[in-house]
Amino acid sequence: MHPHALQGRFIHNNQEENMSTKTVVTDIKQVTVRFSGDSGDGMQLSGTLFSTLSAIFGNEISTFPDFPAEIRAPQGSLQGVSGFQVRIGAKDVYNSGDKADVLVAMNPAALKVNAQHLKRGSIVIYDTDSFEEKDLEKANFQTQEPFKELGLEQVHPIGVAITSLTKASLEDSGMENKDILRSKNMFALGLVCWLFNRPLEIADQLLQQKFAKKQAVVKANIKALTDGYNYGHNTHLTTATYRVEPAAAEKGFYTDICGNMATAYGLIAAAEKAEVQLFLGSYPITPATDILHELAKRKDFGVKALQMEDEIAGITSAVGASFAGCLAATSTSGPGLALKSEALGLAVMTELPLVVIDVQRGGPSTGLPTKSEQTDLNQALYGRNGESPVVVIAANSPTDCFNSAFEASKIALEHMTPVVLLTDGYIANGSAAWKIPDLAQYPEIKPPYVQKYYEGDAKEWKPYLRDPETLTRYWAVPGTPGYTHRVGGLEKDRLTGAISTQPDNHQKMVNTRAEKIKRIAEYLPEQEVVGDRDADTLIVGWGGTYGHLLETMIQLRDSGKKVALTHFRHINPLPKNTHELLKQYKKVIVAEQNTGQFAAYLSGRFKDVSHLYRFNKVEGQPFKVSELVEAFTKIMKEK
Amino acid sequence: MNATTIQEHLPKDYKSAIPVRWCPGCGDYAILSSLHRAMAELNIEPHETAVISGIGCSSRLPYYMSTYGFHSIHGRAAAIATGVKVANPNLSVWVTTGDGDSLAIGGNHFIHAIRRNIDINIVLFNNKIYGLTKGQYSPTSDKGFISKSSPYGTVEEPFRPAELTFGARGTFFARSLDVDVKNLTDMLVEAAQHKGTAVVEVLQNCVIFNDGIHSKISDREWRADNTLLLQHGEKMIFGKEENRGIVLDGWSLKAVTIGEDGYTLDDVLVHDASTRDNTLHMKLALMELADGLPVALGVIRRVEAPTYEREVERQITEVKERSPQDSLTQFLLNSPNVWEVK
Repeated sequence: MHPHALQGRFIHNNQEENMSTKTVVTDIKQVTVRFSGDSGDGMQLSGTLFSTLSAIFGNEISTFPDFPAEIRAPQGSLQGVSGFQVRIGAKDVYNSGDKADVLVAMNPAALKVNAQHLKRGSIVIYDTDSFEEKDLEKANFQTQEPFKELGLEQVHPIGVAITSLTKASLEDSGMENKDILRSKNMFALGLVCWLFNRPLEIADQLLQQKFAKKQAVVKANIKALTDGYNYGHNTHLTTATYRVEPAAAEKGFYTDICGNMATAYGLIAAAEKAEVQLFLGSYPITPATDILHELAKRKDFGVKALQMEDEIAGITSAVGASFAGCLAATSTSGPGLALKSEALGLAVMTELPLVVIDVQRGGPSTGLPTKSEQTDLNQALYGRNGESPVVVIAANSPTDCFNSAFEASKIALEHMTPVVLLTDGYIANGSAAWKIPDLAQYPEIKPPYVQKYYEGDAKEWKPYLRDPETLTRYWAVPGTPGYTHRVGGLEKDRLTGAISTQPDNHQKMVNTRAEKIKRIAEYLPEQEVVGDRDADTLIVGWGGTYGHLLETMIQLRDSGKKVALTHFRHINPLPKNTHELLKQYKKVIVAEQNTGQFAAYLSGRFKDVSHLYRFNKVEGQPFKVSELVEAFTKIMKEK
Repeated sequence: MNATTIQEHLPKDYKSAIPVRWCPGCGDYAILSSLHRAMAELNIEPHETAVISGIGCSSRLPYYMSTYGFHSIHGRAAAIATGVKVANPNLSVWVTTGDGDSLAIGGNHFIHAIRRNIDINIVLFNNKIYGLTKGQYSPTSDKGFISKSSPYGTVEEPFRPAELTFGARGTFFARSLDVDVKNLTDMLVEAAQHKGTAVVEVLQNCVIFNDGIHSKISDREWRADNTLLLQHGEKMIFGKEENRGIVLDGWSLKAVTIGEDGYTLDDVLVHDASTRDNTLHMKLALMELADGLPVALGVIRRVEAPTYEREVERQITEVKERSPQDSLTQFLLNSPNVWEVK
């Protein structure tokens, strides 16, 4: 749909307005909105709809769902607060924003939890019906003045009786009271749509799609949404509304996508390119399960997605499927990767292609299931017994999960190796507008099938004969006549694959497995730098922090400083020019959401790169650009 | 394939050139040999056969096959085999495993493979001991069993593989002896012919760490009186004189002598392996010498049920017919929430 096709349905009303009472429309470049309420309040839906309709409208978007691990914590309690932050903008939306310009707080707990996430001068729309004494008590307020108690004197509170207005809106709907109350989130969304001049037609369509089989729900939601919009309009809820112009994006077809979906599609794309069956062995785990959900749905693409009995069966079934010729993957999060370690080592030993997706969350142990960190890097790199090198790559944004999953699959299949793909809860659940890729533009994937690529006499073939350039062994898939063989977890004879305990053979195999992974760097693009190439300071990041680090770099440059950024996707092996690149800068700041795992990895690799500074934060929350700017400025000032 | 080109396979066609390295006198030799024979009898192509194992003495077996083989990690063979079979349902997939491998560390995969009824053949070598780690008690060791890790005798009850299999709603369970190559070969053939998860428990002797553990059942002098070879549709008759039979006594099974105490041949039960209700199968499988009952051998249960991998294929076919997809790009373009920037 083209944005210009979307005439606001309330233009007619606007024209009738008397100029003196007309709300002023202010153009702004970017805005961050946070919807917040009980985990049963439907805030994720309000947020998703707002971000999707903004993307369809033509804005750049970046979202951050921030929800508790509990499905339904006690109503009104601080633990039960579920939030959805979305940043929209005309352009340069690289992350979901540090703090909110607008907060929708459905109850006092939501206000309290989000007080720290508010900008000065922000608008807080709150439901007056749920700010009664008992509600304030549930959120442990001591006084009847929640804003004052929280020190929120610099915000603009706008109280709207959302609950009673929703009831009034739907009193003739014939629905039961509890069902009517479910539409409170739509009334709130209507208010926000009014505030930002969002065309409601798109929201209507999205609701039609979402509840296609429940027309009564569609009707009620559209009614509540529209009434919310009109309420804002008719009561001149604020003195100004805001317009965020559509972004001038590259031509093409777009959709909005979260990282987990993009990961699932990246695997499908790779299987399509490689002309192999896609297999997923998985076990439900937050925040990775949506990958399993999507691939389970995609039977229309012939995907075989198995929900196995545990994490270990998830990976071992995938190892079996890989042995049998599939593009095999397993999806998990940190605790699951820990359980998969031994089987991952088996894939290293048997040199079978495998994609292991770790959607990182807070740890250790069960940790913070719904929060995001980068604390599994060491686990991915080293978390196995023996000398067990694997390829590690990290996706840097929701949409980049597609390319990263595609590339992980390509490397796994072409180099006969397990690849760990690190994403994280932030980019996995966050979404952004995505230009639908043309797969014709993607590289071919050519698995080293023995019958196709082994040039010698079939009778002379041995399971551990290798391609001399890549050191990859050939793939002899069961069912192929003439190539029966046995593989296994015991050390292999360097050629025949028979069990071998010979000292020199083991040494040689350890070296070969390492060298095979190292040589993959020959097939990777060089590490790129953005910003000022002649800067003294280089910001280094990896994975899901890209949006925050990029914006930090831009802000630093806008303030007149010279600075550059390099963000790593390829972690093992590192791009070939990594060492050279790091040496070019006087100060290298490695910023990551852990206690310095990538920094330690780099300084371990490159002993002469001693000028590393570290910025580390492990709160389970995304970086804040303002904090990064402050911290980096300080480092840059240091002599 | 043209009838004239069908190659009749011999047991040696399934045998690899690698020297077998089990202890002399180990029951595993006989199981290996039976497997070679069974495959020849089934005449399956070695390249269309995959033998998957975990860790332990039993799990070395794939190296001695000329088929595709995978000697994996401890306990996981059933899950790996599940992946292999789902990936390529045309393969004949076998799991060779031990009592420790499949009932301790791999217990979860064992029961879930059975529950799914994936069409794999699990050959469970039950010697009631950990052999490769030099003699610890296993999940099938009898209570009180003395071993290196239970010097004063175990204080825990054992698993009985049949009980687990039926508890997981297994569709096929057979029991055989390492010393009875003919019957064992038959059981392996029957297991392969069964569509679904087939468990063949082989009572196997560990000559080093648990020698003679099954001798009351397997030794020639005891075997006829102490075992009952079940055959579908046949009376449950056993004993050297073939004059003993199994009858129902209230809710229990009882071994009687035909012609004594008023029991006639008509009282002897007829084995029905294919009845869905597994109550009697369970009772038969759990018969013990201690209760004055013979140990049941043969196919105890074999019922038809849909197999997991075929159900996966069926769903894919159905969904593809309902909503065919050309390419991922086209699918994405047709998905909700697509907009064009011109």
